[in-house]
Amino acid sequence: MNFPIRPEAASEHAGKHDALFYTITALTIFFTIGVYVAVLFLALKYNHKNKADRSNAPHGNTKLEIAWSVIPLGMAIAIFAWSTQQFVDLYKVPKDAMQVFVIGKQWMWQIQHTNGIRENNELHVPLGEPVQLTMISQDVIHAFYIPEFRLQWHVVPGRYTSFWFTPTKPGKFHILCAMHCGTQHSEMGGYVYVLPKKEYQEWVAKGGNRFIATPTSMAQAGKQLYERLACGTCHGDKDNERGTTLYGLFGSQRKLKDGSMVVADNAYIRDAIYDPYRHLVTGYDKTMPVYEKSQVSEEQILQLTEYIKTLGQAPATDVVASPPIPASPTPGAER
Amino acid sequence: MSAVLEPTSAPEEPRENYLNVKHTIASWLLTGDHKRIAVLYLISISFFFFLGSVAAGLIRLELTSPQGTLMTSETYNKMFSAHGIIMIFFFLIPSVPAVLGNFALPIMIGARDLAFPRLNLLSWYLYMIGGACMMAGLLMGGVDTGWTFYTPYSSLYSNSQVTITIVGAFIAGFSSIATGLNFIVTVHKMRAPGLTWFRLPLFVWAQYATSVIIMLGTPVVAITLALVVVERAFGVGVFSPELGGDPVLFQHMFWFYSHPAVYIMLLPGMGVISEIIACFSRRRIFGYEFVAMSSLAIAGLGFIVWGHHMFVSSQSMYQGIVFSFVSFLVAVPSAVKVFNWTSTMYKGSIHFNTPMIYALGFIGLFVIGGLTGLYLASLSTDVHLTGTYFVVAHFHYVMVGGTLMAFLGGLHFWWPKMFGRMYSDAWGKVNAVIVFLGFNLTFFPQFILGFLGMPRRWHYYYFEPDWQIWHILSTAGASFLAIGLIIPAFYLTSSLRSGPKAGPNPWGAKGLEWETDSPPPTYNFYETPVVTEEAYDYDPEADAAESAHHHDTTHVAHQEDL
Amino acid sequence: MEITAQDKLGPVEHEHGHGHDPLLKHQYEDMDQQSESYVVGMWTFLVTEIMFFGVLFVMYSIYRWKYQNEFYQVHRLLDVVPGGINTTILLISSFCMAVAVHYAQKKDHRRVLMNLAAVQVCAVAFLVIKWIWEWQPKISHGLLPTTNFTWNLESAHNDPAIAAVPENIAQLFLSLYFTLTGLHALHVIVGIIVIGALMYLHWKKTHSAQDYVNTEMVGLYWHFVDLVWIFLFPLFYLIPR
Repeated sequence: MNFPIRPEAASEHAGKHDALFYTITALTIFFTIGVYVAVLFLALKYNHKNKADRSNAPHGNTKLEIAWSVIPLGMAIAIFAWSTQQFVDLYKVPKDAMQVFVIGKQWMWQIQHTNGIRENNELHVPLGEPVQLTMISQDVIHAFYIPEFRLQWHVVPGRYTSFWFTPTKPGKFHILCAMHCGTQHSEMGGYVYVLPKKEYQEWVAKGGNRFIATPTSMAQAGKQLYERLACGTCHGDKDNERGTTLYGLFGSQRKLKDGSMVVADNAYIRDAIYDPYRHLVTGYDKTMPVYEKSQVSEEQILQLTEYIKTLGQAPATDVVASPPIPASPTPGAER
Repeated sequence: MSAVLEPTSAPEEPRENYLNVKHTIASWLLTGDHKRIAVLYLISISFFFFLGSVAAGLIRLELTSPQGTLMTSETYNKMFSAHGIIMIFFFLIPSVPAVLGNFALPIMIGARDLAFPRLNLLSWYLYMIGGACMMAGLLMGGVDTGWTFYTPYSSLYSNSQVTITIVGAFIAGFSSIATGLNFIVTVHKMRAPGLTWFRLPLFVWAQYATSVIIMLGTPVVAITLALVVVERAFGVGVFSPELGGDPVLFQHMFWFYSHPAVYIMLLPGMGVISEIIACFSRRRIFGYEFVAMSSLAIAGLGFIVWGHHMFVSSQSMYQGIVFSFVSFLVAVPSAVKVFNWTSTMYKGSIHFNTPMIYALGFIGLFVIGGLTGLYLASLSTDVHLTGTYFVVAHFHYVMVGGTLMAFLGGLHFWWPKMFGRMYSDAWGKVNAVIVFLGFNLTFFPQFILGFLGMPRRWHYYYFEPDWQIWHILSTAGASFLAIGLIIPAFYLTSSLRSGPKAGPNPWGAKGLEWETDSPPPTYNFYETPVVTEEAYDYDPEADAAESAHHHDTTHVAHQEDL
Repeated sequence: MEITAQDKLGPVEHEHGHGHDPLLKHQYEDMDQQSESYVVGMWTFLVTEIMFFGVLFVMYSIYRWKYQNEFYQVHRLLDVVPGGINTTILLISSFCMAVAVHYAQKKDHRRVLMNLAAVQVCAVAFLVIKWIWEWQPKISHGLLPTTNFTWNLESAHNDPAIAAVPENIAQLFLSLYFTLTGLHALHVIVGIIVIGALMYLHWKKTHSAQDYVNTEMVGLYWHFVDLVWIFLFPLFYLIPR
């Protein structure tokens, strides 16, 4: 029988985390043993049956009190500083991080890569490359947890959460849901496969697990959806009276009616489709139709966002960034 | 004064006391006497504790196999929810205040009763009604949300008995409010002449701090849970994003109470430990003012650390940093308490009776529970460990290791006062050791499981069968612990019939409660006591000198009749 | 301090400087201690009450901030006139209550009763206005946020700007409105009962020294109820654009 005492450390963060973890462990052991020894020693030495010097037993000692308040405080602040620095690093996503999108729902993980490969309860990533996960839930709160990377983040309905990692070991690691999410919570697990770069490229080339050699990329799927929903009817290549242009939208500063500025990020675009009147841009009124989840799913929102991201770039990649052709409204696309 | 049980020449007719003053059922169910209400609470709390323990036992049994073959996932979810809800709302929160506090607090301050006896009785009835609602929910199929009732699962998705269970917890909340209000007024206004604030026993300080938390926190969780019910019943979007609400707001509101609730469970326990350590070391508590003030510091800081439950919940990075920092600060008053308790034994005259073993066990478990809190206050390690068995182990060390050990210690300490009889000290000591070891064996492996990545509330681990050994050890420990929780039921109840008479002060303790009869008369004292000395005015030197003279009679356990 | 012996048989037998008062409960040493305990208890209770309402106010503020425009639009469904009249009524009742406490100190039962009666009239008027001009029309429009909640042009007073607010946010606003005003009305009803009981005591004139503390505590409670309304009224009725 095995006695596993530590999980594999398979990401850059895991190594840093473990150094901190073992430091706190050392402190814990040191103080635990210290208190245990002191308690046992005092208890035995001053057992009422024993002769011992009990004269002038002190009632307190302010210097001592200050000492044993300040010393633990100092150590606590040191640990705080160290761990906070690691935590802040978790928010510093490298610019070139590979983007992967995760949708949690009772009780599975749906994963989309930008190149269009989809997986369920599995995630293939290349070794040594930073990967950023952007996650949202379709129903209740889940938590996407990879113990070998020492990382988890809640997957919340209605808002995007995100974290990133750089795998440092090839292999198969756990994905677990760490937030109770209903009856089959304990089955909401899967695996991360970290593949060496060459193997990863082969895996991509054959179209992931589904062996579709040329999957529709997320941006392409988004473009198809964009055309089906006839977004281009109002959103042309320039701002017009019906709608703003979507060219160069992603990442830009938007001036809202109430005078505030927001950055057009994933969450902004999601809001602009599901709840468009929340952030009305100056000069526009409530003309944009509200889309329901039955019309545009969370997954499709992510695809549209990916397409909109490509609109700001020069038309070079596989996505044809031609100006959207105004098409006749498709039935069902309008309320 | 030594710990010798004075061989009292037992009078034929026992004096009238709160137990034998009347015998009708109505005299119990309609009593205003804080001591009788404490006994009512003791009985009902023991019942709920038994119920929660059975659920815990079944959970542990289920986890011995990686496939989890004993029950379905649905049953398992209901099992851990029932365990959490019963243990937290119906055992841990009321245990020390409602039983030991109700019994001892008025006597310790020399009062004839609490300020509002009828409110006190109402509190017990509310507790019972809340318990009945929760039980009804259980019988109607149970609830599967976990004790945290996270939205939107609890409000929109769960098909279980959420509403009635929340109603039960809501009503039980009013029961704690009634107790807390009573304690605050009693401590403020009913102290005996001469009993100044800084002469108060630390147990009273702790109860006072706890009551403040109860008064400030409980209304918040009551309203929050009520809104979950509103959302569930009427589809009003308070917390569900689909309806325009914010699920994370629920977590903020919930933990605003539920983190301080940890201190509602723990602070009274710390008060008990201060009493026991002082008494059995025959020493004034080292650094009395610091121990008293650390209770208030914990109560105050406890209200601004709730966000450390939510580091990965999508609250902002800055919120995380602030909450982490404040959480580290709470470590300081907790450490101060441990160091002061330890130092109290220095130059003491230490007696190893049952309560003392529990108190030492408490320190042992609380040190581990407190220090493992550092991993969870620290942001980076919490990202890995939150939602895993590490958290489960940590809060069991604090809440069970802390509150349960203190409750048992306090029960053994005040038992002779409550019922006028001594239990078998030998059995008591053996049992305290069993509980300590069983507890460690149950929960220590769970730290390792958590570090390995076992998420809490999972009922399978077939994907990682290597984890089985730790689960088996944990379950073995739980069986051991269960034995340690059953034994007292026997020797304590048998002491009621055949235990030797305890006399007013079997432990040689200081404090007003030891100056009156055991069991005390209905109005506690024959004469209103006057306090002229500091709390814990013990003399270890004299005590040890006296012990040297009476080697063989020092332990109560040496009494015949055991 | 002079310490007095307390016989276990209870207060009937004990004697101290104040002379024994039939109203003294057994757990108290003297009337002063009893009165002070009641007052401390009342204040502690009010702290809990503040937390009860406080959490709802905080929740309201969070959503108010999140959905500024929507809340502004939906708030136009509320009628400032009955709300304002009710505010005035409660202020008058608070004044009468203060006067009642004043006369209770002077043990003038007749004037206490008159003022308490005025408080009762105000309290009932408050509830009647609340029901007839505020709740009842809203409920008949289907605006009570239950499963029967209806949100359309008609229920939004035929005002397209209000009707344009998404249903869920309108429902959120109205449920906070009904929860808070409902909880407040519940406190008013409890107040009516408690003041009624107090009036009975004054009517019977059975109570001497105790009168003043009882009246003062009921007064504290009533001022608190008014104070809650003073916060509720601008929060819900007077939202600036």
